[in-house]
Amino acid sequence: MKVLIPTPLRQYTGKQASVEVSAHTVGEMLSDLTSQFPDLRQQLFSDDGKLRRFVNVYVNDEDIRYLENGNTPLKESDTVSIVPSVAGGEDNGRSQ
Amino acid sequence: MALKICRLTWDELRRHGEETYPHECCGVLLGEVDGEGVKAVRAVVRCSNQRSDSLHNRYLIDPHELVRIQRDARERGQDILGFYHSHPDHPACWSQTDLAEAHWTGCSYVITSVMNGSATETNSFNLGGNPAEDENKYFENEEIRVE
Repeated sequence: MKVLIPTPLRQYTGKQASVEVSAHTVGEMLSDLTSQFPDLRQQLFSDDGKLRRFVNVYVNDEDIRYLENGNTPLKESDTVSIVPSVAGGEDNGRSQ
Repeated sequence: MALKICRLTWDELRRHGEETYPHECCGVLLGEVDGEGVKAVRAVVRCSNQRSDSLHNRYLIDPHELVRIQRDARERGQDILGFYHSHPDHPACWSQTDLAEAHWTGCSYVITSVMNGSATETNSFNLGGNPAEDENKYFENEEIRVE
């Protein structure tokens, strides 16, 4: 299946915007992906081996957190999207 | 790095912050990086602020919305170049919250100050460093070329 790589992570995938991966579950997909591109591991996983809190993984239009996380089954026709979160706002601790 | 944007899109981005005032607005910048390394913004996509609290000083883009935007942009040969949001009644400068919550390295974070309902200054900041290492992330000022 196809895995869409977000702009900031392409520096770790040889500038590829999408990567073909062979897997039956999300866990296998992430394992295959980080085997192909070892530098991605630090970007996706924290030291305890869990997905970083700001990394969202979607199978088609479904968040894996609301499916079966790493055990979520995948079909060849699925598209997996990885999107880091986007948030912020003003506060009193300005840096400029 | 610089950001290139046409006048119409620029006005649309700034107007969004006026329309959502006194709440923060947020959205996505789409386009491509040209041969000179300039981010050429072709379109902005408005997003709804997913925060259920502190709408006046916090924003959150629904990841599902981002997934759809990223997928649709890719089909048109475009990429996510960055994001924009507003600071109601505060300057157009990044905050510690903005930096802590920024993870799209190499992308632009555009901030518009909206004072008493009117957009004033707009600035762009490029996120540098390693998104996985909080202590190594930084914002750098980025030139905006409105054409």
